[in-house]
Amino acid sequence: MATVEVTFTPLPAHVRTARLVATAVARRSGVDESLLDEVRLAVGEACSRAVEAHQRHCPAEPVQIEMTDSGERFVVVVRDHAPTAAARPDPAAPPGDGTDRNGVGSGGVASEGVGSGSAGSGSAGSDGAGSDGAGADSAGAEGGSAIPAGFGLAVISGLADDVRVLSTSSGVSVQMSWPSTAAPS
Amino acid sequence: MDLKLGHYNKDGIEVVDVEGEIDVYTAPRLRELLIDLVNKNNYQLVVNMEKVEFLDSTGLGVLVGGLKRVRAHDGSLDLVCTQERILKIFRITGLTKVFGIHETVDDAIAAKKSEK
Repeated sequence: MATVEVTFTPLPAHVRTARLVATAVARRSGVDESLLDEVRLAVGEACSRAVEAHQRHCPAEPVQIEMTDSGERFVVVVRDHAPTAAARPDPAAPPGDGTDRNGVGSGGVASEGVGSGSAGSGSAGSDGAGSDGAGADSAGAEGGSAIPAGFGLAVISGLADDVRVLSTSSGVSVQMSWPSTAAPS
Repeated sequence: MDLKLGHYNKDGIEVVDVEGEIDVYTAPRLRELLIDLVNKNNYQLVVNMEKVEFLDSTGLGVLVGGLKRVRAHDGSLDLVCTQERILKIFRITGLTKVFGIHETVDDAIAAKKSEK
């Protein structure tokens, strides 16, 4: 059982909430103060990733985060339920569409489909700004990606010493952990 | 307000003051401002990040996008940032090699002027 679970509507506005909760739980779990910025950033990246995936594939489904204080480590799992390209029967979709998002989990960072093709297909986001909304590759909609897809995962890998990405046909889970020390009693 | 934006002209250079958090939710506003400034022919930009409390890859994408836009007009986009917590994400992503990062707005402006 996770120490704290948060489920939220896949909107960019709620990513900050998830960051704040994760940071608070990390602190309580005994994660060193010097690592909290990394927790905040990594969880934010994972949640942003999940939100974008949901907005493209299943905007009515919530994103889940589980935060667990396992004694020696503080573990965060961010789960999305966006089906990976392999399972999606969508022959009309261009080859790069979607795989850059979920395929990153099983492949490498910045796989095919980077930038314009995927960013253009409805990553408009529900924040109503009318601009590209979520995602590091949103700038790619202008033609040529500013930041390749999968960048968020690359950032996460640089922040947590233990990152596992599991990509299944029903979604992707990103697990990250940091060392924690038990609070003195 | 999660993100506060302001801008002013100094010595012919447009300085953008950013305060608060730049993330997937707030980054579009910064993006729109940078686009707007370029559309108004401001190609020498300095983005002051000293009051930025949080920056993620979406924010980085917006800054890179801004850099590309001004470079298309032979301009430049420099940053002012001394906060280690913010510099960290530039380091992790290798973007310290892409952006000129200065300690103060005056330093950034002086650097731009000496490039000309």
